[in-house]
Amino acid sequence: MARLAGIDLPRNKRGVIALTYIYGIGRTTAKTLLAKAGINEDTKVIDWTDDNIKQIALVLSEIKVEGELRSEVQLSIKRLMDIACYRGLRHRKGLPVRGQRTRTNARTRKGRRKTVANKKKVGK
Amino acid sequence: MPRSLKKGPYVFHKLIKKVETQKASNKRGVIKTWSRASMIVPNMVGLTMGVHNGKTFVPVLVTENMVGHKLGEFSPTRSFKGHGGKKGK
Repeated sequence: MARLAGIDLPRNKRGVIALTYIYGIGRTTAKTLLAKAGINEDTKVIDWTDDNIKQIALVLSEIKVEGELRSEVQLSIKRLMDIACYRGLRHRKGLPVRGQRTRTNARTRKGRRKTVANKKKVGK
Repeated sequence: MPRSLKKGPYVFHKLIKKVETQKASNKRGVIKTWSRASMIVPNMVGLTMGVHNGKTFVPVLVTENMVGHKLGEFSPTRSFKGHGGKKGK
Protein backbone atom coordinates (compact mmCIF):
# COMPACT_ATOMS: atom_id res chain seq x y z
CA MET A 1 0.00 0.00 0.00
CA ALA A 2 1.70 3.09 -1.20
CA ARG A 3 0.07 6.39 -0.53
CA LEU A 4 1.75 9.36 -2.15
CA ALA A 5 0.50 12.93 -2.50
CA GLY A 6 -2.83 11.88 -1.07
CA ILE A 7 -3.39 9.26 -3.74
CA ASP A 8 -3.48 5.49 -3.40
CA LEU A 9 -1.29 4.01 -6.09
CA PRO A 10 -2.45 0.86 -7.87
CA ARG A 11 -0.40 -1.98 -6.43
CA ASN A 12 -0.08 -4.29 -9.35
CA LYS A 13 1.37 -1.85 -11.79
CA ARG A 14 4.95 -1.00 -12.64
CA GLY A 15 6.35 1.97 -10.78
CA VAL A 16 6.44 4.33 -13.80
CA ILE A 17 2.83 3.64 -14.66
CA ALA A 18 1.59 3.76 -11.10
CA LEU A 19 3.08 7.22 -10.53
CA THR A 20 1.14 8.60 -13.47
CA TYR A 21 -2.04 8.13 -11.44
CA ILE A 22 -0.97 11.25 -9.57
CA TYR A 23 -2.28 14.48 -11.14
CA GLY A 24 0.64 16.33 -12.67
CA ILE A 25 2.80 13.31 -13.32
CA GLY A 26 3.05 11.76 -16.75
CA ARG A 27 5.36 9.13 -18.10
CA THR A 28 8.33 11.46 -18.46
CA THR A 29 8.09 12.91 -14.97
CA ALA A 30 7.53 9.46 -13.51
CA LYS A 31 10.71 8.24 -15.18
CA THR A 32 12.87 11.09 -13.92
CA LEU A 33 11.39 10.79 -10.42
CA LEU A 34 12.22 7.11 -10.18
CA ALA A 35 15.67 7.70 -11.59
CA LYS A 36 16.30 10.36 -8.97
CA ALA A 37 15.03 8.05 -6.25
CA GLY A 38 17.26 5.30 -7.60
CA ILE A 39 14.47 2.79 -8.09
CA ASN A 40 14.01 0.51 -11.05
CA GLU A 41 11.01 1.73 -12.96
CA ASP A 42 9.83 -1.82 -13.62
CA THR A 43 9.41 -2.63 -9.94
CA LYS A 44 5.77 -3.12 -9.09
CA VAL A 45 4.34 -0.85 -6.45
CA ILE A 46 3.61 -3.85 -4.27
CA ASP A 47 7.33 -4.65 -4.18
CA TRP A 48 8.44 -1.20 -3.04
CA THR A 49 10.05 -1.19 0.36
CA ASP A 50 9.25 1.47 2.94
CA ASP A 51 12.61 3.04 2.19
CA ASN A 52 11.74 3.21 -1.48
CA ILE A 53 8.49 4.96 -0.69
CA LYS A 54 10.27 7.45 1.51
CA GLN A 55 12.74 8.15 -1.29
CA ILE A 56 9.94 8.72 -3.77
CA ALA A 57 8.04 10.93 -1.37
CA LEU A 58 11.19 13.00 -0.99
CA VAL A 59 11.73 13.58 -4.72
CA LEU A 60 7.99 14.08 -5.15
CA SER A 61 7.95 16.89 -2.63
CA GLU A 62 10.13 18.96 -4.97
CA ILE A 63 7.49 19.24 -7.67
CA LYS A 64 3.98 20.60 -7.73
CA VAL A 65 1.32 17.93 -7.92
CA GLU A 66 -2.35 17.39 -7.14
CA GLY A 67 -4.11 20.17 -5.22
CA GLU A 68 -1.26 22.63 -5.39
CA LEU A 69 -0.93 22.21 -9.13
CA ARG A 70 -4.67 22.36 -9.68
CA SER A 71 -4.93 25.64 -7.82
CA GLU A 72 -2.01 27.05 -9.77
CA VAL A 73 -3.76 26.20 -13.04
CA GLN A 74 -7.00 27.73 -11.78
CA LEU A 75 -5.15 30.88 -10.76
CA SER A 76 -3.56 31.33 -14.16
CA ILE A 77 -6.93 30.88 -15.83
CA LYS A 78 -8.40 33.39 -13.43
CA ARG A 79 -5.63 35.84 -14.25
CA LEU A 80 -6.42 35.53 -17.97
CA MET A 81 -10.09 36.15 -17.27
CA ASP A 82 -9.40 39.12 -15.03
CA ILE A 83 -7.28 40.99 -17.54
CA ALA A 84 -9.93 40.31 -20.20
CA CYS A 85 -7.53 39.22 -22.88
CA TYR A 86 -8.64 37.03 -25.76
CA ARG A 87 -7.75 33.78 -24.04
CA GLY A 88 -9.58 34.92 -20.91
CA LEU A 89 -12.70 35.72 -22.89
CA ARG A 90 -12.63 32.27 -24.46
CA HIS A 91 -12.35 30.71 -21.02
CA ARG A 92 -15.31 32.76 -19.85
CA LYS A 93 -17.44 31.65 -22.74
CA GLY A 94 -16.38 28.03 -22.43
CA LEU A 95 -15.06 27.91 -25.97
CA PRO A 96 -11.75 26.54 -27.22
CA VAL A 97 -8.87 28.84 -26.29
CA ARG A 98 -6.22 27.96 -28.82
CA GLY A 99 -7.86 28.88 -32.08
CA GLN A 100 -9.54 25.60 -32.92
CA ARG A 101 -12.57 25.60 -35.17
CA THR A 102 -15.95 25.91 -33.52
CA ARG A 103 -18.21 25.53 -36.53
CA THR A 104 -18.14 21.82 -35.88
CA ASN A 105 -16.53 19.77 -33.13
CA ALA A 106 -15.12 21.54 -30.05
CA ARG A 107 -17.56 19.43 -28.06
CA THR A 108 -15.13 18.92 -25.22
CA ARG A 109 -15.27 22.60 -24.41
CA LYS A 110 -18.84 23.28 -25.42
CA GLY A 111 -20.42 20.26 -23.76
CA ARG A 112 -23.26 18.21 -25.14
CA ARG A 113 -24.99 19.49 -28.24
CA LYS A 114 -27.80 21.93 -27.60
CA THR A 115 -30.13 21.35 -30.48
CA VAL A 116 -32.14 24.35 -31.55
CA ALA A 117 -35.55 23.48 -32.95
CA ASN A 118 -36.27 24.82 -36.43
CA LYS A 119 -39.10 27.13 -37.22
CA LYS A 120 -40.39 27.01 -33.71
CA LYS A 121 -40.37 30.06 -31.55
CA VAL A 122 -38.59 29.08 -28.41
CA GLY A 123 -39.48 31.20 -25.45
CA LYS A 124 -36.93 32.69 -23.07
CA MET B 1 7.48 29.42 -30.96
CA PRO B 2 8.73 32.30 -28.87
CA ARG B 3 10.66 35.17 -30.32
CA SER B 4 14.43 35.14 -30.03
CA LEU B 5 15.61 36.70 -26.77
CA LYS B 6 18.37 38.51 -28.58
CA LYS B 7 15.81 40.70 -30.32
CA GLY B 8 13.77 41.51 -27.26
CA PRO B 9 10.02 42.09 -27.29
CA TYR B 10 8.46 43.49 -30.45
CA VAL B 11 7.06 46.96 -30.05
CA PHE B 12 6.26 49.16 -33.01
CA HIS B 13 8.98 51.83 -33.02
CA LYS B 14 6.60 54.76 -33.34
CA LEU B 15 4.56 53.38 -30.48
CA ILE B 16 7.61 53.42 -28.20
CA LYS B 17 8.09 57.08 -29.05
CA LYS B 18 4.45 57.88 -28.38
CA VAL B 19 4.56 56.11 -25.04
CA GLU B 20 7.69 57.96 -24.01
CA THR B 21 6.40 61.39 -24.93
CA GLN B 22 3.15 60.64 -23.16
CA LYS B 23 5.03 59.61 -20.05
CA ALA B 24 7.27 62.66 -20.20
CA SER B 25 4.45 65.14 -20.73
CA ASN B 26 2.42 63.55 -17.94
CA LYS B 27 -0.73 64.03 -19.91
CA ARG B 28 -3.78 61.87 -19.58
CA GLY B 29 -5.18 60.61 -22.79
CA VAL B 30 -5.55 57.65 -25.03
CA ILE B 31 -2.67 56.59 -27.22
CA LYS B 32 -4.24 55.37 -30.41
CA THR B 33 -2.48 52.63 -32.27
CA TRP B 34 -3.05 50.09 -34.99
CA SER B 35 -0.14 48.01 -33.81
CA ARG B 36 -1.98 45.08 -32.28
CA ALA B 37 1.08 42.87 -32.56
CA SER B 38 3.12 45.02 -30.19
CA MET B 39 4.02 43.48 -26.88
CA ILE B 40 2.92 45.30 -23.75
CA VAL B 41 6.08 46.46 -22.03
CA PRO B 42 6.42 47.59 -18.41
CA ASN B 43 6.57 51.32 -19.18
CA MET B 44 3.09 51.19 -20.69
CA VAL B 45 1.58 50.24 -17.33
CA GLY B 46 -0.95 52.81 -16.20
CA LEU B 47 -1.52 54.28 -19.64
CA THR B 48 -4.65 53.88 -21.69
CA MET B 49 -4.05 52.53 -25.14
CA GLY B 50 -6.60 52.79 -27.91
CA VAL B 51 -6.11 49.53 -29.73
CA HIS B 52 -7.67 49.33 -33.17
CA ASN B 53 -9.97 46.39 -33.73
CA GLY B 54 -10.50 47.00 -37.41
CA LYS B 55 -13.25 49.49 -36.78
CA THR B 56 -12.72 51.54 -33.66
CA PHE B 57 -10.03 52.13 -31.09
CA VAL B 58 -10.85 50.11 -28.01
CA PRO B 59 -9.53 51.80 -24.87
CA VAL B 60 -7.40 49.44 -22.85
CA LEU B 61 -6.13 50.46 -19.44
CA VAL B 62 -2.84 48.65 -19.13
CA THR B 63 -2.22 46.96 -15.80
CA GLU B 64 0.80 45.12 -14.51
CA ASN B 65 -0.75 41.72 -15.18
CA MET B 66 -0.93 42.47 -18.87
CA VAL B 67 2.80 42.84 -19.40
CA GLY B 68 4.01 40.24 -21.84
CA HIS B 69 0.73 39.96 -23.68
CA LYS B 70 0.15 41.69 -26.97
CA LEU B 71 -2.07 44.71 -27.40
CA GLY B 72 -4.41 42.92 -29.81
CA GLU B 73 -5.38 40.37 -27.20
CA PHE B 74 -7.36 43.06 -25.41
CA SER B 75 -9.26 44.38 -28.36
CA PRO B 76 -11.62 41.73 -29.74
CA THR B 77 -12.14 41.89 -33.49
CA ARG B 78 -15.39 39.97 -33.55
CA SER B 79 -18.52 40.67 -31.64
CA PHE B 80 -20.77 37.63 -31.43
CA LYS B 81 -24.07 38.61 -29.94
CA GLY B 82 -25.70 35.17 -30.03
CA HIS B 83 -28.01 33.55 -32.52
CA GLY B 84 -31.39 34.99 -33.34
CA GLY B 85 -34.30 34.72 -30.96
CA LYS B 86 -32.90 33.25 -27.79
CA LYS B 87 -31.01 35.39 -25.38
CA GLY B 88 -27.34 34.59 -24.83
CA LYS B 89 -26.04 33.79 -21.40
